[in-house]
Amino acid sequence: MAAIEQKGMYKVFPRSGKNVSFTHYCPGCGHGIINKLIAEACAELGLQDRTIFVDPVGCGVFTYYYWDAAHISAAHGRASAAATGACRARPDAVTIAYQGDGDLGAIGFNNAFQAASRGEKFGCIFVNNSLYGMTGGQMAPTTLDGETTTTTPFGRDPALTGHPLHVCEVFAQLKAPVYIARVSVADTRRIMQAKQAIRKVFEIQRDGKGYAMLEILAPCPTNFKMNAQDAAAFCMNEMEKEFPLGVFRDETGREALSVRPIPQVASCSELFAEKDAVPAAETDASFAERRFKFAGYGGQGILSLGLTVAEAARLERRHTLWFPSYGPEQRGGSANCSVVVSGTPIGSPTVEHPDVLVCMNQPAYERFVGDVKSGGTVIVDETVPVKVQPPEGVRLIVWPAIKMAEEFGVPKAANTMMLAALKKFKCTGLSDESLERALVASFKKKPALGEKNRELLRLAESRDSKA
Amino acid sequence: MTKFVKGNEAVVMGALYAGCDLYFGYPITPASEIAHGAAKWFPMLGRTFVQAECETASINMMFGAAGAGKLCMTATSGPGFSLMQEGISYLAGAELPAVVVNVNRAGPGLGNVYPEQSDYTPAVKGGGHGSYQTFTLAPASAQEMFDLTMKAFEMAAKWRTPAVVFADGLQGQMMETVLLPESGLQRPDFSDWAAQGEPKTRENLVKSIYLDAAQQEQFNLHLQEKYAKMAEDAIGEAYLADDAELLIVGYGISGRIARTTAEELRKVGVKAGVFRPVTLNPFPREQLAAVAKGRKIMTIELDAGQFADDVRLNLAKAGLGAEAAGVKMVHRMGGEVVSVDDAVKSAKEMI
Repeated sequence: MAAIEQKGMYKVFPRSGKNVSFTHYCPGCGHGIINKLIAEACAELGLQDRTIFVDPVGCGVFTYYYWDAAHISAAHGRASAAATGACRARPDAVTIAYQGDGDLGAIGFNNAFQAASRGEKFGCIFVNNSLYGMTGGQMAPTTLDGETTTTTPFGRDPALTGHPLHVCEVFAQLKAPVYIARVSVADTRRIMQAKQAIRKVFEIQRDGKGYAMLEILAPCPTNFKMNAQDAAAFCMNEMEKEFPLGVFRDETGREALSVRPIPQVASCSELFAEKDAVPAAETDASFAERRFKFAGYGGQGILSLGLTVAEAARLERRHTLWFPSYGPEQRGGSANCSVVVSGTPIGSPTVEHPDVLVCMNQPAYERFVGDVKSGGTVIVDETVPVKVQPPEGVRLIVWPAIKMAEEFGVPKAANTMMLAALKKFKCTGLSDESLERALVASFKKKPALGEKNRELLRLAESRDSKA
Repeated sequence: MTKFVKGNEAVVMGALYAGCDLYFGYPITPASEIAHGAAKWFPMLGRTFVQAECETASINMMFGAAGAGKLCMTATSGPGFSLMQEGISYLAGAELPAVVVNVNRAGPGLGNVYPEQSDYTPAVKGGGHGSYQTFTLAPASAQEMFDLTMKAFEMAAKWRTPAVVFADGLQGQMMETVLLPESGLQRPDFSDWAAQGEPKTRENLVKSIYLDAAQQEQFNLHLQEKYAKMAEDAIGEAYLADDAELLIVGYGISGRIARTTAEELRKVGVKAGVFRPVTLNPFPREQLAAVAKGRKIMTIELDAGQFADDVRLNLAKAGLGAEAAGVKMVHRMGGEVVSVDDAVKSAKEMI
């Protein structure tokens, strides 16, 4: 066998179990030529050390036999997704995805398209031979109208399967790609053009300019069921009618977008540093566990009321847990949250039988009032008609939270008014000081409001309830 | 330093302290806060956040990033986790370290966004194609959402395997205090196998294909040997188990319900204890066997019994066939959570 040129390629291509020095491609296949052009471009530009090839599933799966550079062998259709990961992980590398028309055009189309749309910094070499090669010549999205394949044995019927997919034309609708072109390797002239285009894809990556898509029309004599010459002729005469060669986008001259600056920190500790971080909980078995449920409409500050009680508990180094209703329940307008405060590590996080239930609307009251533990307390806003009595042994406090907040001219402070009741009637097992500190801390971003709420809290406490 | 955070946020913090450099994700309730935290915090530390077009893309982006030698992660819930299974199989097949967080929601199908543990089998047994496993950890608190996410990266790197942090919707949303460490983990060096686009890694090839059947079998044997060795990192936690006549077994949120249940049972004179697997794969089989021998066993779980079956299997493999045969379960599904009342009632019926 004649010596083969090795530029950018391994000296031998060891196939499984043997050491043979010819490729796995069929005679007359376009892949072999394309592989050589890619290897040459990579080597001539001196990029072998910097290159990460992302290999497809399909006839191109074994490119790692040939190209002398690092490889990642991706799942079927996912080379563009994997190349996204690789180029994001290694911005200084030259990342090249190599994909066929089943791989890119069908199963992986969205991954390729979205990568192009994001302007990922990799080059995508897309080999279009109008069918699935490796799996046995089935129809691909690129199969020509009327073309016979193993899954279009009577020829592709556009009435049933649509028309060939024009990848370059579709991608050319996107703003981000820097370069989009279609070439062919069906004859020498075309091969020389393809070589220039492949070089360009590498140069774009070398210079970090952005996304490049190069579609290459390639003959597949085996699945065309033709000899090499006829396959090349089919590629030039039939495929080019459907898929005209040309450059669809060349903006290699444009400046790559620079990333907008955002605040930077040096370390995790700096990122998560808190000025007044509370020390960790301490175990104190003498503190009896208390379970709270807060319920009402969204917008009444129910969740932040729960958070304030939780924060007060944290200030006292209690084990503390806060849990909100979430998902569609929340969007439906009602909101509730649970808080558990304990002297020992908290087991079950759910509040089946609250010691304290705070309700700001009727549905919440009626839903939860029956669950309250004997010896527990229900605080309900006075706007709620109490049609259902709490279980025996449960204290009921009717409290004008919403009304007071309106009287004070701060309707949003109804939750602070409820906190006043919790404080006044000693429902939390937590000190007044902690509750007030937690309330003020909940307005960390608006300190003036914190002080205002503390004032309102104290005013509200002086009110009588209809207990 | 402490932070009062949602379990989902604790996951992101854990990942950052572990040295995770890239996050790839797609929104899904009840895991979305993980993506929100990552989108904000990763770039502030000069790390990378990418919103993928789908979960299939996320997991394959991870394949590329892990293949390029960086620590990376994603987080999702049931439907997204299903979509990722093929990619997780590829990660296992290429022996790539990566972390997938599954904040389990109710299924099957669209289900709802409330907590379940019904993805047990795919999360613990390897849900994709081929004979692979993942290193699977089951946090039970915000602190463990942090700690075990960190640990997941450590284990993924140590065993060159995808690791799964298997949580549930309740834990994702729940806020608790997390104690943060002084500093994070050192980033591991993967240059002996990763494709990093550097001179020293030029010869490296990341792949999961062995065309030759004998080679593929050899590779499978290698994997199985590795998975057997992972048992050295199994973690379980026993509580009140020494003198227990009834052992309640549960993981994650169910493990906490088990804890309260045991405490309630002790108040009425039933000697109950708890065993909570912290790693689900490797399963802490020996640790379970040590406290299960001769005990009555009840599981608490938010699925149809997938976990109970695995407990039976592990007991049987540990030579505790009689205990395995007697395992009873209390469970809920659909987003309902087992109540302590129900668990206490079932336990009393067993005694």
